Amino acid sequence: MADQDLLAGALRFRDPATARLMTALLTRLVREIGRAPVSVMHVCGSHEQAIAKYGLRAVFPRELDVIMGPGCPVCVTDMPEVDEAVALAQQGPRILTYGDMLRVAGSAKSLADAKAEGASVDVVYSVAQAVRIARESDEQCVFFASGFETTAIATAAVIEAGPPVNFSVLSAHKYIPPVMEIVAEMPETRVEGFLAAGHAATVTGWGIFERFVQRHEMPVVVAGFEPLDILAGLVRLVELIRDRRAEVANMYPRCVTREGNRNAQRLLWRVFKPTGGRWRGIAHVPNGNLRLRDEYAHLDARKRFRIDLERLWDLAPPSLAQSCICGEIMAGVASPNACPLFGRQCVPENPVGACMVSSEGTCRIWHEYGGHLDLGARE
Amino acid sequence: MSGSAMARDGRIALKHGAGGRAMRDLIRQVFLTDADSVPFEGIGPAAMDDGAALKLGDRWLVITTDSYVIQPPFFPGGDIGRLAIAGTVNDLAMMGATEPLGLTCAVVLEEGFPRRGLERIQESMRAACRQAAASVVTGDTKVMGRGELDGIVINTAGVALVRQVVTDRGLKPGDRIVVTGTIGDHGLAVMACRHDLGLETQLLSDVAPLNSLVRAALECTPDAVTAMKDPTRGGLASALHEMADKSGVGIVIDQAAIPIRQEVRAASELLGIDPLHAANEGKAVLGVRAAAAEAVVAALRRHPLGADAAIIGTCLAERPGIVILDTGFGRRLLNEPEGEPLPRIC
Repeated sequence: MADQDLLAGALRFRDPATARLMTALLTRLVREIGRAPVSVMHVCGSHEQAIAKYGLRAVFPRELDVIMGPGCPVCVTDMPEVDEAVALAQQGPRILTYGDMLRVAGSAKSLADAKAEGASVDVVYSVAQAVRIARESDEQCVFFASGFETTAIATAAVIEAGPPVNFSVLSAHKYIPPVMEIVAEMPETRVEGFLAAGHAATVTGWGIFERFVQRHEMPVVVAGFEPLDILAGLVRLVELIRDRRAEVANMYPRCVTREGNRNAQRLLWRVFKPTGGRWRGIAHVPNGNLRLRDEYAHLDARKRFRIDLERLWDLAPPSLAQSCICGEIMAGVASPNACPLFGRQCVPENPVGACMVSSEGTCRIWHEYGGHLDLGARE
Repeated sequence: MSGSAMARDGRIALKHGAGGRAMRDLIRQVFLTDADSVPFEGIGPAAMDDGAALKLGDRWLVITTDSYVIQPPFFPGGDIGRLAIAGTVNDLAMMGATEPLGLTCAVVLEEGFPRRGLERIQESMRAACRQAAASVVTGDTKVMGRGELDGIVINTAGVALVRQVVTDRGLKPGDRIVVTGTIGDHGLAVMACRHDLGLETQLLSDVAPLNSLVRAALECTPDAVTAMKDPTRGGLASALHEMADKSGVGIVIDQAAIPIRQEVRAASELLGIDPLHAANEGKAVLGVRAAAAEAVVAALRRHPLGADAAIIGTCLAERPGIVILDTGFGRRLLNEPEGEPLPRIC
């Protein structure tokens, strides 16, 4: 463990004293802009997780509104995609998927419901583990794949490596850059700049945002996920807003380059093609969904099986879901507090909307960590 | 009711056994509906404490029972046998009963369970009993058909006599919160081996009987310990929530003060599982009067199982039932786990 201790000592991303200096700087910059609120958006569940986990909202300047956009892949997985997985599970194949996907509601039921009723559904920690399970099994194993381009690359690698014949993929992978365009153009959003996800930019490169900042005349700052990364990213973003500079800044240079990971990009686009599709609660997002290319049709669960969705349609959709405002929350137009169900009918044990299911969902995070509650100053 | 809600409400799910709010609700709704129908003097099921206490002359008979169903039955740092002894000894100890009179042990086996495995479990139960100065005084063995049960289930019960009972609801404003050692070891060790994560780590369960350690804390300053709980399923977070809720105090925890092993921290970051949500089987959370807190920690540290004991928080009169985590960067509510911890997606 000696090496790890040394490493932890060298990487001082969790130094509370530096954090306090940055928070003070952030407050000064926001006040220099001289109006409130200054609204910025991040598009990554991991950013919200880190903000919540470290209690940063308690120390953000009051004039700064840090909105979480559509950055949770579980949350934006649309009901018909969940329905496909549920229907397939009920038809017989074994479904392997990431933990959070079990509890996301489809139009009638979730994968967890299907599992409780006897369908074969298992949680895996990686697509590689799903392949391993398929290799040791005689059953048809379907990997219900969710996640953004970062996760999609792992799926692509497995597909290109030639998985066993009883393995296929039901892709609900999503691609982030197109949805930023959608959100930036929504008339009700007041976003003045974006904090872009560092891990996605590791793949795509920060250059991908250059056209975006010109078109929408707002800055984008690529930031990492340690508390100091986020504070540094926000400081830079607010600085750019103050100076009215629409440009891309890379505050995660230890991982992100302008070009990104070319090999990973090539792999991603060899296996997947972008198609338009609905993101739950947001809108139809052109090129926002990643589907398997025709060359890999033999590994595409949508082609391998005739997925019978009709059996699910006999069941009434949950009526509570109609008052759920997940969509507005993910678009950054409303906060969880504005939802009549939040913390009452919709709680993590019994989620109505997807935002309450995933540990990266805004509602879930606010419910667990308290959102903007005033929790008192440090002693 | 919608189909979805019906499926959730009509059947028992894993979360109902995970030690969190869902489990407490189920117990209240199903088992405690007439909990007070036969009145008695003492601590009963409605208290939902680690065990019960019945008045017996000028003393209390403390009694507890628990079933152990861990997968896999053999895990790094222990096995189901050691767990079954330590778990029940610790439930007694958490009520201040550190000298068990006797334990019972009922084993239910699946047809085909390897005899050598059972012998290993028995050996390890014996070793745990020696460590706890306890003995199994009666037992029962049953076998069920293949597939009717997952390997082995062990139930143990324990009884002890004490003059003074410690509950999990005695926290007062100003009390310090003390943990007896590092947090999250058992949960992360079992999770890493259960899910075939291929981590090359030295994660070990902390499973151990705590009665002699607890005795050291109780004896060092009279009446200094105001509440106790072992942070098993649901981890430190659930234990603190339950203690704050039942005691009617708020708790502020200083995250930097919580002892966590480097390898536990690393595995938890990798998996996205909060070590404060992971089970412990050889740790206790104590509420201690402020004036005695340092002395209690010193007494704990002199014991081999308490070397990493630390003061991690303070109780407040304000915000009863709320647990706040001071991260050093800011503050947030300490979240309680829901269901079995699952690793994040990306």
